[in-house]
Amino acid sequence: MPRLAMVIDTRRCVGCADCVVACKVENDVPIGHDRDWIVEEIRGRCPGPTLEIRSERCNHCADPPCVYCCPTGASHVHDYGGVVLVTASKCIGCKACLAACPYGARFIHPDGFADKCTFCLHRVEKGLDPACVAVCPTHCMTFGDLDDPFGPVRRLLDSRPHHALLPEAGTEPCIFYLT
Amino acid sequence: MQHVEISTTRANPLVDPILHVWGWEIPVYLFLGGLVAGLLALSGFYLLRSRTASERGAWPQAPMLGVVLLTLGMGALFLDLDHPWYVWRVYLTFEPASPMSWGSWVLILVYPALLAAALLHPPERVPFGAGLLAVIRRWSEWMWARPRLVQAIALSNLVGGIALGLYTGILLGTMVARPLWNSAILGPLFLFSGLSSAAALMHVLTLVRTHGLVDSTYADLLLHGLFQLLKPPGRDPSTAGEAMVRADAAFLSVEGALIALFLIGLAASTEVQQQALQLLLTGAYAPVFWCLIVGTGILVPLVLQYLELAGRIRHTVVPALLVIAGAFLLRWVLVRAGQVSSWT
Repeated sequence: MPRLAMVIDTRRCVGCADCVVACKVENDVPIGHDRDWIVEEIRGRCPGPTLEIRSERCNHCADPPCVYCCPTGASHVHDYGGVVLVTASKCIGCKACLAACPYGARFIHPDGFADKCTFCLHRVEKGLDPACVAVCPTHCMTFGDLDDPFGPVRRLLDSRPHHALLPEAGTEPCIFYLT
Repeated sequence: MQHVEISTTRANPLVDPILHVWGWEIPVYLFLGGLVAGLLALSGFYLLRSRTASERGAWPQAPMLGVVLLTLGMGALFLDLDHPWYVWRVYLTFEPASPMSWGSWVLILVYPALLAAALLHPPERVPFGAGLLAVIRRWSEWMWARPRLVQAIALSNLVGGIALGLYTGILLGTMVARPLWNSAILGPLFLFSGLSSAAALMHVLTLVRTHGLVDSTYADLLLHGLFQLLKPPGRDPSTAGEAMVRADAAFLSVEGALIALFLIGLAASTEVQQQALQLLLTGAYAPVFWCLIVGTGILVPLVLQYLELAGRIRHTVVPALLVIAGAFLLRWVLVRAGQVSSWT
């Protein structure tokens, strides 16, 4: 069984937000809500500041606190690829998962249930890339199996310096940023 | 310290710019849940320990009061849900890693324990339904004739109360993403806060019964308490009231010690916990925390209770009402400040 992960090259990402638009169109994300978003982080002061542009979304953590806190099992880890999903018909809208996520990756859908990135599992199961990956004009995103030693994800992680978001939170995120 | 500037295109409601998923409903639910936990545990304890009705004081009223307060708390919880008509889904599963799942089942188990304890002490008169009252009396007599059953009810109240009180704190404590809540102290802190507010509430009821204020309005009750505080000192004849004050003072002292341990635990933890602590020590929530929770919620009632027990001032409802207000504000501030605290 694969362990799905995403690698994003921050040296290629220009923050165009095509990934955000593609996600909204593909998944019918309600207006005023975001499953993915762009973050610009500037570190240091002139003359030597560094800028990192990141396309962020749910990190599909291997140790997901949002799943553990869910009282109904609506938040769960899918059998295929370890993708973290929400079953809308089981969600009571208690918002515990929103409070438990250190990345702020979830929101309440206007219909009342918790919603978030699904890694476009409906596309991935057909052999396609997630919509955000497919449309990226700079090809800064790579999607695949983290456990495949010869796959593109593992090869990039083995060859380039990278980091994940808030590793100190202990959630083992599955999205990595090449620096 | 390195200069870091972050901008984001994300603007999700309830999440940005800071998390604010829980409004007034959750603090109200946690307060009422804690209060009912205290009523349950203490009424169970008194039922186990006391041999005569006079020893039990006002505690026989606690289970029925608990049913009403817990129903109000559950109502607040229901109002907080964004997908409320799916709430029955909670009871189709048990998620052992989820404190909310544990709590949902504890709440369901607490209701029969409360109702059984309430049946042991039917009211002397009711405005309507006299026929039903007669039936309840017969059940009550049947139960009292079986001491082991009474003991089991008392034990279930005691255990259920402790479980409910601990759960309300553990619920927050397990939220990894909120550094202010990452403390195992929150469980016992909320339990002892619930016990102290329950003792305070029963003290109010005992005073109301002792001084014949049953038919007075709430405003009259408050004024009565304030006027009594100004009266010349003298010992209160009510030993039941005195026992309640002693219990409340003991619980308040433990609660104060637990708050100190909570603060020390955060101060001795990682940088994000230390930053979260500043919200209470010097930040936006510091005035309410120090003045209304630690000050008028714990220290002032403790001093007043000491003076009452020493016979320097009369027993009044004032310290009890301060304790109850402090217990509510403790939940209010911790829920609000906890959401503001984050890893970033």
